[in-house]
Formats: sequence, structure tokens, C-alpha cells
Amino acid sequence: MTTISVTVNGKQYTRDVEPRMLLVHFLREQLNLTGTHIGCDTSQCGACVVHLNGVSVKSCTTLAVQADGATVTTIEGLANGATLHPLQEGFWEKHGLQCGYCTPGMIMAAADLLKHNPNPSDAEIRHGLEGNLCRCTGYENIVKAVRYAADKMSVTTAD
Amino acid sequence: MIPSAFAYFAPTSVAEAISLLEQYGDEAKILAGGHSLIPAMKLRLAAPSVLIDITKIAELRGVVINGSINIGALTTWHTIEYHDGLKGVCGVLPEAVAQIGDIQVRNRGTLGGALAHADPSADATAVVLALDAQIRTHGPGGERTIAASDFFTDMLSTALEPNELITAVICNKLGAGEGAAYAKFPHPASRYAIVGAAAYVKLSGGKVSACRVAITGAGPVPTRQAETEQALLNSDGSDEAVAKATEESGTTMDVLGDIHASEDYRRAMVKVYTKRALTTALARARG
Amino acid sequence: MTTEIKERIVGRSIKRREDPKLITGKGSYIDDIKLAGMLHVALVRSPYAHATITSIDASAALAVPGVVAVFIGNDMLDINPLPCAWAAGRVKNNLNTPRALAVGTVRHVGEAVAMVLAEDRYIARDAADLVEVEYAALPVVVDAKKATEPGAPQLHENAPNNIVMEWDCGDKAKTDAAFASAEVTIAEPIINQRLIPTPMETRGSITRYDEATGEFTVWMTSQAPHVMRLLLTAFVFGIPETKLRCISPNIGGGFGQKIFCYNDMAFTMWAARKLGRPVKFVEDRSENYKASTHGRDHITDAELAGTKDGTITGLRVKTYANLGGYLSTIAPGIPTTLYGRILSGVYKIPAAYCHVTGVYTNTAMVDAYRGAGRPEASYLIERMIDRYAAEIGLDPADVRRKNFIQPEDFPYDNGLGMLPYDSGNYEPALDKALAIAGYADFRKAQAEARQNGRYLGLGISSYVEVCGVAPSAWVGLAGEGWGAGLFESANVRVHLTGKVAVTTGSLPHGQGLETTFAQVVSDELGVPYDDVEIQWGDTQGTPFGYGTYGSRSLTVGGTAIKKSLDKIKEKAKKLAAHMLEANEADIVFEDGKAYVKGSPDKAKTLGEIALQASLAYSLPAGMEPFLDETSYYDPPNCTFPFGTHISIVEVDTETGRIDLKRYIAVDDCGNQINPLIVQGQIHGGIVQGVAQALYERAVYDEDGQLLSGTLMDYAIPTAEMSPHIETDHTVTPSPVNPLGVKGAGEAGTIASAQCVMNAVIDALAPFGVKHMQMPASPERVWKAIHQK
Repeated sequence: MTTISVTVNGKQYTRDVEPRMLLVHFLREQLNLTGTHIGCDTSQCGACVVHLNGVSVKSCTTLAVQADGATVTTIEGLANGATLHPLQEGFWEKHGLQCGYCTPGMIMAAADLLKHNPNPSDAEIRHGLEGNLCRCTGYENIVKAVRYAADKMSVTTAD
Repeated sequence: MIPSAFAYFAPTSVAEAISLLEQYGDEAKILAGGHSLIPAMKLRLAAPSVLIDITKIAELRGVVINGSINIGALTTWHTIEYHDGLKGVCGVLPEAVAQIGDIQVRNRGTLGGALAHADPSADATAVVLALDAQIRTHGPGGERTIAASDFFTDMLSTALEPNELITAVICNKLGAGEGAAYAKFPHPASRYAIVGAAAYVKLSGGKVSACRVAITGAGPVPTRQAETEQALLNSDGSDEAVAKATEESGTTMDVLGDIHASEDYRRAMVKVYTKRALTTALARARG
Repeated sequence: MTTEIKERIVGRSIKRREDPKLITGKGSYIDDIKLAGMLHVALVRSPYAHATITSIDASAALAVPGVVAVFIGNDMLDINPLPCAWAAGRVKNNLNTPRALAVGTVRHVGEAVAMVLAEDRYIARDAADLVEVEYAALPVVVDAKKATEPGAPQLHENAPNNIVMEWDCGDKAKTDAAFASAEVTIAEPIINQRLIPTPMETRGSITRYDEATGEFTVWMTSQAPHVMRLLLTAFVFGIPETKLRCISPNIGGGFGQKIFCYNDMAFTMWAARKLGRPVKFVEDRSENYKASTHGRDHITDAELAGTKDGTITGLRVKTYANLGGYLSTIAPGIPTTLYGRILSGVYKIPAAYCHVTGVYTNTAMVDAYRGAGRPEASYLIERMIDRYAAEIGLDPADVRRKNFIQPEDFPYDNGLGMLPYDSGNYEPALDKALAIAGYADFRKAQAEARQNGRYLGLGISSYVEVCGVAPSAWVGLAGEGWGAGLFESANVRVHLTGKVAVTTGSLPHGQGLETTFAQVVSDELGVPYDDVEIQWGDTQGTPFGYGTYGSRSLTVGGTAIKKSLDKIKEKAKKLAAHMLEANEADIVFEDGKAYVKGSPDKAKTLGEIALQASLAYSLPAGMEPFLDETSYYDPPNCTFPFGTHISIVEVDTETGRIDLKRYIAVDDCGNQINPLIVQGQIHGGIVQGVAQALYERAVYDEDGQLLSGTLMDYAIPTAEMSPHIETDHTVTPSPVNPLGVKGAGEAGTIASAQCVMNAVIDALAPFGVKHMQMPASPERVWKAIHQK
């Protein structure tokens, strides 16, 4: 067992973990943050995407010990209190989700995408989400959802 | 989905990492970005009993551009992709790196890790070959430098000694008259290269005075295309010259087939992508 | 007093009420559920496709601290194999179904051999690796056609030549005669490749057993918890249904794979009872790929007969349907009722015949996958139409138009034993799609492009599908072989406060049914949308229903709700008459109020009526308290949505890579309750069909190893690999149900694979390509161009 200390969604946690524990299991099993999902075992699907020190990572391909001392944001920590993040709002407004299983990872990945490219074209949105699979939506409304958020965030920034 | 148990060490210096390697030998694996190793461990295709996490070794990170380009082994794909300085002096690196995996893979994956793992379908291997990069390593006996052309020895095998680490990759800045490009046919599921072609050319007085082409994805080992390189040398680098030079590309190299692309087809794609990479590289060399 | 008329919301694209919890990470999927004292299961799975188990030694596993037990198939002989609930109708079926854990022989790679139960999943996984199983390998067959040939390895004693059943439909003699006298005949081998459904959430189950009462509670990733309760109690465990409660939490996509009764439901129940502790099993993705159901996998010889001027005169089809190593829950029904009976598509074909051989092979079980039989049928007829048009040198759009069933032909009997098509008007959808595509201009651009060495192609797919499969008397045992009914249920209660609770046997898992149903209820009762609660998923607290699949939940489940609402309104009117001291016949119920005709100012609101009904201080003689009505709706017919899709591709002739440049979908699913949700269903369905056309293929090698065993090898499309989709629609209400709806969940998938393949083959026509098997992988396309 190794003791790690991680700040998740603004709250600091200190826990003993096996070195082999995956970050996604740490979040889900130890911290009960079950919004981060597992959809594959080969790092393809992106259901487990969280932000580690501000960048999007696949938490199924990161060890919990590697997050020692780090800051993690999960889907549960994205909204500002009761105010949804523009991406959460976009996914809701534009019907960017159906079963909802890929959605947390998709939103976290899109947040990273918009950080690097605040005004992406539709093609850039599609390219930027290449690490996330959705089996329900055909992506059409996910693209619209990300565009909605980009538009909204640019207005907010301009204010 | 669950790796076997292992002991975990996170050294903060190269010396410390090497002494751990010496101590645990074959039982140990180095963890850098982890995007090849951890999936393999989850599927229990790899089960090291010791994991040496080198990501805390700060000295291995970062890009330094002076007379040449020095990229620390732990520099992530993301850093290379978005590095302002690199675009002007060696644009093929960010170009190729941007095609690796996906954003999350690029946020974690490292140049040194990819070269040490030497996946036959990795993108960076072809690029370092085409750039004739030097791979700086550190082992119990100190530092040494291995030419990229000597580095990849067999499927998933390199010239690294058992207790050696890659510390950096060094390559030349591209100047006037030089051009390089990477053209990739991605695997539809894994995003690795089914065929990736990296090309470097230098034009002097309207003639091709230097040329290197490397292929990844098609065979068990990333390889240079000596015949193509020779055939293009001293030509005018026209489309006709490229077409002629690439006629035999891929015909003699070892090529593997799988459910996504047979050996025949991969061979044919080596030719197509070599041509595409060379054409772009030449256009860039012309400025 | 003026009361506001509630705005009608049926037909409006209101955003989903399901979403707030899902976008904030507050959903509750199977793996999110933790019970006190819960044990975790890791399975030992067969690495062999066909083998006899000679020994199992679990001693090393049992010695691992934290391991509680290891069980094998022989431990569970007190429960029965899983049932097959849909044998092919009217023919002999040689049934073999899986046990909870293998006994004696394994018949596909990944078949579960032993279960390890431990305190956490890490320990369970480690210990599973320590269970030593010895196998004696047996010969393997993975190809359905080869499995029926003499000398093939035999999987089951009761299935000579590995044949599950021989089934046919249509008129053989008439069809043979049509071919004998035909001006033109086309023959094409058509393979509909094996696919893996791949919901983003894998499957799993958790069982808690109450020793005091003998009651099981199973949380399951199921599209049909009531059916699972029936199958697990009556067939597997031999206990009363009342001893099992099944709960489906949020389900992370199903696409058919989560309809079925799986071994983990049985072995978690068995082990929870044995050990007295809750037991949880959730698959890894690679386990889902090896051991949960696959879809499609047909090998077919298709023939079409017609005149030289484009009139189809006959269709003859012989199909081998690979059903895997055992029969999954409804496997034989898919390539028979849902395939053979709809093969003639949207066309009047005077003579048609289809023969299907269901086959066992050493592969994962094959069962319904989005569309289930209908994509296979639609693919076949639409490819054959294009082949025929090319052969006789006519425009494929014209050949379609010439053979369409006409509006006046409905209800239409297709001669293949399908129930009569309810309604349709196929030409406007085709016209609309052609107009959006700019068909005439495209053909000019295509010809020009070819001159310049660019190869564009346009594909048309006009489809019809069968939704809301029913009635029970037709689909059931005496007819099509389905071992139950196919009605759906709904209970509606108007509580004392006027809030409305609806419980349904439907099981939404992404379809937006909570929103859609609430829109219907809100309008029908005239109550605010937010006052309506839709509850589902728990067999305790919802009326018996058959669940969500086959695009049936709005057509059948929605109509069950409508029926209950009608009953509520009737009772409300009776009570209002009593309250207003009026004659019931004079009462109007409208916009949430009941009043005497002509006196809307003296209305009783539904809330007031509900209060009166709930308090029961003053009710008409004989009236029971409370507004609470249940309906079970068994429709008189299926519904038949239709439409035309068009795609445009460009082929990179150097590499064979396809650029899907445009995708146009014009669908008619009858009335639309929520167009936003309908569109979403269409989008998702289309991309699954596009994926079949271009990317996906489950591949076994000759030894029965699944080569496409992870998401690194099985290509689920990303956003970048998926087309932008242009949608439009026509509306032809279904006369079958009072909502006039036809169903939309599967239409996209049923229309799209052939739409893309027809475009690819159109693009490749200059190279002499007439047909190509799916997926049109770059290599296949390249070979078609370069290796003739």
C-alpha cells in the first residue's frame, strides 16, 4: 500500500492504495465518484476521461499513485454549484446524449478541446473528440453541443 | 482490466532510476506515459513485478532548441504538438505527433517511452529515422548516443541495454532547402499506423542532395527505404522523379498482414504513402 | 375566472428530462451500485473454441486471502440451462442453450468455466488466474455454411450437421416458375458480416438474496427486466416469479445485446443464495466481446428476377444464419420472422421465397442487434435492386419508383407471411431525398469527375421495417414461435395533489421515453408537464411488460399509457358529473378540466377530481376511490416505418479509402411526439449502419479465436469517422395505434448500410465492380480497383 494525497474537485483526500490501483477505480470505488465510467480495457473509449492537473487523461490508463499530489477534476466537479458548465448545458440543449454513459468522458474531453481551441470548426470538434466513443448519438448532436458551448463561452469571455 | 500486483518506485533522478533498474533487472519495467504499458498490464499481457515510474524526473522533460533540437525523453506528445519553436525548425515533429492516438494519449504519452517500447506501428519511430535523430541514453556505465538508424533492432526490440534509459532525442533543425513530412494511414480502431511514411529531403541547386524515408506500421520493425532514397538522390525531385523512385518502395522490406490490412495491401500502401510523404517534403523543401 | 389553457407539447422538441443527472455524473449504472458485504466475481473463461473440460483445480485460487469461494458448472446442476424463448415458428428446432457455467464441454472462446468470488475485484481477478483448468481440444468450425457440410465438427448431439432449424416462407413453386420464365435474372452471394453491438456500458448483474423470505433482488443491465424475472424463475430456478425482483438501473446503451437472459444473472443468483452475501459481476470490454451476444452473420445466395424494362417478378433467397455455440434467448426468431418475412421491402414482388438454415458454430451466440433481421433483409433487397438496375441499364431511382407498393395498396400483404403493412407512401420520401441530394446535378458532376479521375458515387436506400412486433396471437407460440406475448403495460395514477405517476413495462435506456411519455400524458390529461412522473425499471412497482426493443416502446408501450389515460378520463368524467350534479353524458373533459358541455366556466380541474377521488368522501354509487388505471395493450398489427436515405461518397483510388461526403435521411415514422428525440434516434441508427458498411467486422480465425477481441481491433466509428447527417421527414400516421406513431429506434440502422454500400459500388462502377461484401474496407476497395 502507498499513501497518496489527491485534490479531487477541490477537496483533498488522503488514502492508502495499492500501487496497481487505476485512477478510475480510485475515483469510483474509494471516493464514490461514480460519474466517471469505464467502457473498455484498452484506452479507446474515453468514458473515463478526467482532468489531471488541468489536462484530460484517461483515468483507466493512469495509476492512482501517479495522481499523488495532483489536482483532479471529474464530471461531478465541472459545474459551478448549481450553474451547469456551458458544455453540460450544450449537451442538454442539443440532445448530445442518449444513454448518457459516454457523456461524462465526452464532456471532460470537450472541455480540454475548447481550452486549446475556443472556436473550433465542426471538423475540428470531430477531430478533437477522437479519443471518445459514443454508440448512441452518431455524434451529430455532440458536435452541436460542443459548438453551443464554444459560442456561449466566447460570449462570456467577451463580456 | 486489472493489472497484476507490482512494487512501485518513483525515482526523482536518472541515477536513482538506473540503480533501481540494476537492482530489479528483468522484473522491472519503466513507466513513462504508460499508454502502451498500462493497457498491456490490464490485459495481463505484461505483468512486471516492479514498476519504476520515471515521470517525476524533471530533468527528462522539455524541448531545448539551440544549435540543434534536444527533446527530453519524458516530453509529452502534447508538448511537442503545441511547441511554438518546433513548428518553424522541425515542423514534421508536431505534424506527426498530432496524429498519434488521441488527445488524452498525447497528454500522457512521451517520446522516449514510445521509442523504448518500439511498437512496430508507432508513429514517432519513422520520424526519428527520417530525421536521422540521435538517441541519448544513460546507463550504469554513463551516457551514450545511439543513431536512430541503429536503434530499432527487431520487433519491440531496441539497442537499449537492459539497465539503460533514454534521456533525450536530438535532431537537427531544418533549414532552407530542407523539408520533411509524415503521411499516415491510421488503423480504424487503434489509431496506430497501418502504414506511416516519414520523409526528409534536402535540395541543393535544384537537385535532391539528401533523402531519407522511413516506414512504420507495415512491418515488424520501423525501417528506412534505402532503394527509394538512392533512387531519388540527385534527381530534380519532380513528381515524375518521385513516382519513379517509389516504384519499388516496400517491395523488399518485411511486411506483416492482419485482419485490417493484408501483407500485399500494406506493401502497396507503403508505396502510396512514401510517395505522399516525399511529395509534401519536397514541396516544403522548395519553400 | 379565466384558467390558462395548457400549451400542447406533443410534437415539440423539448429537451430531455433524463439529462440533468446524466450530465452531472449522477446517473446510476450497474457498476455504480454497491451493497454492504458484496462479493465480486471474476470468471475463468475458456481459451478454447471447442474442448472437453478434463479437470478444474481451484486450490491455489482458494488459498488467496480474500477469496471466499470458487464455483464451477457442476456445482450448479440444481438449476436449469438458460431458456430459448423464441424458436423459429412452425418448424422443428434443435434447441441447445448455455448453462450458468459450462458443464463438460465448452463451445466458444470466452465461455465461462468457473467463477471466483472475493472481497474485491482485484483479488477476484488475481485468483481467477490461479484456477487451473485442463482442456482436451476438439475440432472447431466457425463458418455457418461449412458447419453444415459432411464431416464438420459436431457441437451438439441433438443437432445433426449443426443445424438448429430449417425454415422457409413465401411461395416456392410460384417463385421457381417466375425465375424459369424471367427475362433477366441476377444472382449474388451476399454476406452480412458478424457485428458486435458494443453498448458503451458492458453488461453485469448484482444479486442480493434474503434468506428470511427466500427472495432474490437482481440489479441487471436489462432492456426487459420483467421478461428476465419470468425466465429466471419459471425456467432456470423453478421458483415462483414472486420470489424475484428485477431492477434495471440506468442502462448504458443496449442495441439488443441487453435484451437477453445471460448466465451472470443465474450464477450471481445461485452464488448469492449459496453464500448469503450479495454478489456482483460486471464484464470487462474484452469479456463482453467474447461472451455477450453478437449480431448479423448471414451467408446468403440471393436471386432476383425481372423484366428488361425494370419490373421485378421474383425474389429467391437461401440464407445460412450463424447462431453461435448455443442459442441466445430469441436467436432463432431473428433470421426468420424478422428477416424472411420482410425481404421484399418496399416493392411489389409477385413471387418471393426464402429458406433459412440456422446453424451452430464455435462462436459467441448471435442474437438481435439494432434492427434485428430487418437490416439484413433491407440490405439484401436494396443491393439486389441496384444490381438489377445496373444490369438492365436503368436508373436505380426509377427502378425503385416503378416497383414501389402504392398508397392505395395498403394494407399490403407481401406474400411472405408478414402481417399486412399498415400504411405507406414511399414515393414522396424518395423524391424528397433526391431533391435534397440534387440528384440530377449529382449525376452530371459524377460524370465530369470521372473524366478527371475522381470517383464519386451515390447510393439510394428505400426501406420499410417492422416495429412494435405484435399481436401476441400472431407472434406467439402457435404462429411465429415467440414463447410469450408481446403486449405492453402502463399504470397511471393521479395522486391526491394532482401529480401524475405513470409506471410502464417499457425500459428506456437512451431513447428519451421519460420525456416522450410525459409529453403524451401532459397533453392528454391537460396537466403541467412537470407534474408527470414516468417510472420504470423495477418489476416491483411496474406492471408486467415486455421491455424496450424492436422500436416498440412508443407504439406499444405509449399506447398502453394512452389506454390508461382514456380510462382515467372516463372515470374523471363520471366523478365530475357527480360533483357537478350533471349527467355524465353531458360532461366534456378537455385541457385538464371536466365541465358540462357549454359551461366551461364551472369546470372541475383534474386536481379537484383527483382530490375527491382520493378522499372518497363523496363518490358516485359503486365507484372505487382513487384515479388509478392499468392497461395492457396488445396491438392488432405491427407498424411499418419507411423512408429513403441517400449517401454520396468519393473513393481515393490509390488507397481505397472512402470519404463519406454526404448522408441524407428522409424518414417516415408516422407522427412525431418529440422531433428532437426522433432525430437523435435516426442519427445514432445511421452511424451504426454506416459502421457496418465501412468499418465493423467481428472476425474469428479457423481455431475459433476472436481476432477482433478488443476495441483496438474492432472499429467503432469516432466522430471523425462519422458523417454529418442531413435529416428530413414525411408523416404518414399509422392507423394501428391511436398515437399514429410507427417507431424510430431502428430505422436509421435498417436504412443505412446498403445506402453507403450502394454509393461505394456506384463509385466503383467504372472499374467493373458490381458487388462488394461489407465492410467496404480500404483494402477491399483497393483490390476491387487494382486486382481484377
